[in-house]
Amino acid sequence: MALPTTGSTTLIINGEKYPLSVDHRTTLLDALRERLDLTGTKKGCDQGQCGACTVLIDGRRSLSCLQLAVAADGREITTIEGVADGDQLHPVQQAFLDLDGYQCGYCTPGQICSALGVIEEHAAGWPSAVTADVRPEAGPSALTDEEIRERMSGNLCRCGAYVSIVRAVARAAASARTPESTEVQA
Amino acid sequence: MREFAYQRAHDVPGAVALLGTVPDARFLGGGTNLVDLMKTGVERPALLVDVRQLPLGEIELTEDGGLRIGATVTNSDVAAHPEVRRRYPALAQAVLAGASGQLRNMATVGGNLLQRTRCGYFADPTHTSCNKRVPGSGCAAVRGEHHNHAILGASAHCVATHPSDMGVALAAFDAVVSFESADGQGELALSDFYLPVGETPHLETALPPGALITAVTLPPAPVAAASRYRKVRERASYAFAIGSLAAALDVRDGVVHEVRLAFGAVASRPWRAREAERVLTGGPATAEAFAAAADAELAAAEPLPDNGYKVPLLHNLVVTVLTELAEEAAR
Repeated sequence: MALPTTGSTTLIINGEKYPLSVDHRTTLLDALRERLDLTGTKKGCDQGQCGACTVLIDGRRSLSCLQLAVAADGREITTIEGVADGDQLHPVQQAFLDLDGYQCGYCTPGQICSALGVIEEHAAGWPSAVTADVRPEAGPSALTDEEIRERMSGNLCRCGAYVSIVRAVARAAASARTPESTEVQA
Repeated sequence: MREFAYQRAHDVPGAVALLGTVPDARFLGGGTNLVDLMKTGVERPALLVDVRQLPLGEIELTEDGGLRIGATVTNSDVAAHPEVRRRYPALAQAVLAGASGQLRNMATVGGNLLQRTRCGYFADPTHTSCNKRVPGSGCAAVRGEHHNHAILGASAHCVATHPSDMGVALAAFDAVVSFESADGQGELALSDFYLPVGETPHLETALPPGALITAVTLPPAPVAAASRYRKVRERASYAFAIGSLAAALDVRDGVVHEVRLAFGAVASRPWRAREAERVLTGGPATAEAFAAAADAELAAAEPLPDNGYKVPLLHNLVVTVLTELAEEAAR
């Protein structure tokens, strides 16, 4: 008996439900771009090495090129199209604009989705590979430029806009820490 | 990519039973390695059994003071867990040294242990010689590009390395792998989990056919509270190791009471440096002793023409990291 190689999946993207019938080989990235016209998420390497396809899945930054659409059934996905609040840019988007955190812009949606994850992960007290002391008693590390570079290292920028990207993430993270700004979510 | 069927498992016996229904079936965890290998055609499963939603996602303290990490816990959750960071800091550091934030959010502990080598001849099916991918086809790396291949425990049939960072710390801390197969539950010490390369590099683990990893348990190890993972790679971040070390050291009155050492990126498995540990235990905690211990372990190294640099690299890692740990203990 041959098992089916297609199936149904319901993707919950930016709060909207999208029921789809997919070939099981379809990645979330291809479903977003080819089936749902959500082309903000970019295909770079398509093998998990560049970060251009980064989206948030259940609030955590993930690579949509290595996520099968059928296995994303019922999970909450946030793409770059869902980051702003209507016409009001998200503080991370605004910081990238204000500080020129890009050149050609192709990696930018992935950079921004990754930055959302970085800010959330740091706020939750997660250490990184450059955190001097990972023991909980050492307390949280400050989100220094070194920490940002390490935490954002899964997002390549072939234009080399890294200096401005680090500044943009630092500014957005600082604005997220001030009480008057409650915009950062992930 | 070959067309494949997909089933989502809801409990462990169900997952094992589903896998047994089709010869070329694979468990799907985070998919960060398997989906990539399916795209290139290295892996061509007929069925994926999705195990990511199985109830194996918890980290629990064991009664004896160790930790039991469920197989579907993500790398991120291992590295963020307070008891991992407190009791086995080198494990948190090893996980954080691997891959990227996005990949660590997806990848699972069980999948990490079962990930495949990043040898370029294995990963690219247009290369015709790879004994691991096509048994009996030869090893292109021995006379080819092998600057990041094995120096310990390899054979003429395969010189690939295991790419895991997490596994190196797990090896240092005597992790035990729990699994379930159609024949019931079982356990394997990590030291017995990976098979010797020999003439069968395509046979990588001692898991019974169709077995699902359910957990990794760390026995209590007070020495692990003073531990460190140090990774050397060709760029500052987001790259596989060319050499790495997990080390833990307990020095009392200048004498090595207990030491744990495991090497990464030098063998087909995380390499527990038991000879170095034996040489050090009970002796002085000095740089000279650390160097002698590293030499004792690396005496077994058989480097290839282009990876001999790994011998002094690992030697220097041992001396540097143990010296740091000894100095911190003396403060």
